[in-house]
Amino acid sequence: MPTAIQCRDLRKTYDGKVEAVRGLSLEIQAGECFGLLGPNGAGKTTTIEILEGLLAPTSGEVTILGRTWQKDSRELREWLGISLQETRLSEKLSVRETIELFASFYSQPRSSDEVLKELQLEEKADAWVGKLSGGQRQRLAVATALVGNPKVLFLDEPTTGLDPQSRRQLWDIVRAFQRNGGTVLLTTHYMDEAERLCDRLAIIDHGQVIAEGTPLDLIERLGGHHVVEFEASGESGDGAALEHWQALPGVESVRHDDGLVCLNVREPHLTIPALLEAVQKRGSQLQHLTTRQASLEDVFVRLTGRHLREA
Amino acid sequence: MSVAQQMPVNERGTPLRAVRRNGRWAGYRHLLASRMKEMKREPEVIFWVFGFPLLLALGLGIAFRNKPADVSSIAVVGSEAQSVIGLLEHSPRKASIKADVLDEAAALKGFRVGKYDLVIESDGKGGFKYVYDPARPESVLSRAEVDHALQAAAGRQDALSTVTVVSSEPGSRYIDFLIPGLIGMNVMNAAMWGIGFAIVDMRQRKLLKRFVATPMRRSDFLLALASSRLVLMTVEVGMLLGFGALVFKMQILGSIPTILLIGASGALGFAGLGLLTASRSQKIESVSGLINLVMMPMWIFSGVFFSYERFPAVIQPFIKALPLTALNDALRATILEGATLGAQSGRLLVLALWGGISFVLAVKWFRWT
Ligand SMILES: Nc1ncnc2c1ncn2[C@@H]1O[C@H](COP(=O)(O)OP(=O)(O)O)[C@@H](O)[C@H]1O
Ligand SMILES: [Mg+2]
Repeated sequence: MPTAIQCRDLRKTYDGKVEAVRGLSLEIQAGECFGLLGPNGAGKTTTIEILEGLLAPTSGEVTILGRTWQKDSRELREWLGISLQETRLSEKLSVRETIELFASFYSQPRSSDEVLKELQLEEKADAWVGKLSGGQRQRLAVATALVGNPKVLFLDEPTTGLDPQSRRQLWDIVRAFQRNGGTVLLTTHYMDEAERLCDRLAIIDHGQVIAEGTPLDLIERLGGHHVVEFEASGESGDGAALEHWQALPGVESVRHDDGLVCLNVREPHLTIPALLEAVQKRGSQLQHLTTRQASLEDVFVRLTGRHLREA
Repeated sequence: MSVAQQMPVNERGTPLRAVRRNGRWAGYRHLLASRMKEMKREPEVIFWVFGFPLLLALGLGIAFRNKPADVSSIAVVGSEAQSVIGLLEHSPRKASIKADVLDEAAALKGFRVGKYDLVIESDGKGGFKYVYDPARPESVLSRAEVDHALQAAAGRQDALSTVTVVSSEPGSRYIDFLIPGLIGMNVMNAAMWGIGFAIVDMRQRKLLKRFVATPMRRSDFLLALASSRLVLMTVEVGMLLGFGALVFKMQILGSIPTILLIGASGALGFAGLGLLTASRSQKIESVSGLINLVMMPMWIFSGVFFSYERFPAVIQPFIKALPLTALNDALRATILEGATLGAQSGRLLVLALWGGISFVLAVKWFRWT
């Protein structure tokens, strides 16, 4: 499959001080939905805006659909659909007028009616942008990106701040675009979004890729399959205790998280009986025990020691 | 039902069917139309661009309307006030003098606040005392007028016979001076705000960045903004001229196309300046300050409300180099004196230089993000 987006060793230093992106390389295939997952300030927006040709990198190379921004910017602009992290579209234009305006910039745009329908904005077609809800505004932002009939869609935090229903609507729109052969690059700090929507993703922290792969692969490799969390009376959280839990059968890694001990385990049915026995032997009592599937959140915590939200 | 199910699904890998094909100017046309719609839907804009200048013209036109200049308001005080009134009643000029009888305190208060031009007191021996202010032209006039009336009523004969001709032709009144100045000021205000404010607002909203993320031609964007100024300028100029002609019977001697061409040069010149002030600002507050700073000297020096000839001769060259001075002078010359476009080439050159140099610098420094 041909490469849609490629960048090598991207760096961006703002004002000679803030190193927002520090040597980042990506390769995204045509037809893929690729996610950049990372906490606020990780450098996602900086990275995506460099790829979009809106920001010059301090160093590094970018190739989109085999073209570069230096030589083929006009052509690339026709091929890309972009939604920025925050754009406040003109409040006193109607939804249809806004879509028509953006359509007028492209040499072969799609019909506004089709896009309105596809984004479920038909009812609001004649309403002013200022009267839209958050979810409708976000759909309109994506509509302005889709109306140019792009080959590649860039979405920077498309669902931040939206209610669950609006988020799912947007996911459906992204999937439909992808099904029609489009390539998607999106950023998010929601792990569930990355997990459900993206074929592959790169986890970004402090301007670097700290892990890359399919969501499942990342979880299996780095999150452990299952997570067992418990709290036992009289247990101090020191290193010696952690080593003790690490020695239980089937445990891949151990960490402390907010007063709980978290075990990444491959086979809970082997670990849990052994855990119960060990707790009893040490003369303490279980106060809390849960098991759950590992998630990308666990991957991130494992890699950085921080949660995505609080990072 | 999900969105995905409603979509026509194409074969994987083929782009969606393009439904239309846009011409070269589609972007420009839509940008211009959007700009006009947005302005039309903004009540404040309508007021500042159209309502405010009209109110200003109306207010100033009435306040400074040429009242019959020879009506003097005077206050008469003292025990023999009635005899003064009696003398004035018999004067041939009684129509031009309006006299009130008051006590001294009220009369002096009225005089201080400008209600009376003159206070007269009889000294009881057939003589009069005038209280007047030599720094107030109407007070000086009033004294001469009343003195003349009293002396004539008392029997003085004129030594010379004179005839006066009344001249209050449209064209030489304050309102005639004012309207072209207001047009100039309005063209400046509207262009500076309409360009400077609009651009920084769009930059702050990240809309400029969103636009340059599309294939939009940046020159189309600037051209559309400039065009919207020209359309508005035509309406503004037409409105103020029409207002002057209808309400104040102002006579427009120059040709309308010439006046509009001068207005257009002004609008474009100030649009260039507006673009320059907006070329880098990220915040509305900073560009607002900058725009006011640029316009302030012109409000004062460029002869909007009064003639700049009153300023010292040394600063006259500086005043004449200001774009608003050039615009106001050119407008007055055409509107009031019927001057041709060719006769205004020097002033148009001043406007073109300001606009052109600002534009080049603005484009050089401009930040889209
Ligand atoms: N224009 C800028 N000037 C200076 N620093 C910036 C600028 N934009 C972003 N940064 C900094 O760069 C880092 C990465 O920001 P960003 O790319 O916006 O991260 P993210 O999108 O992942 O939240 C942050 O520390 C941010 O403060
Ligand atoms: Mg961001």
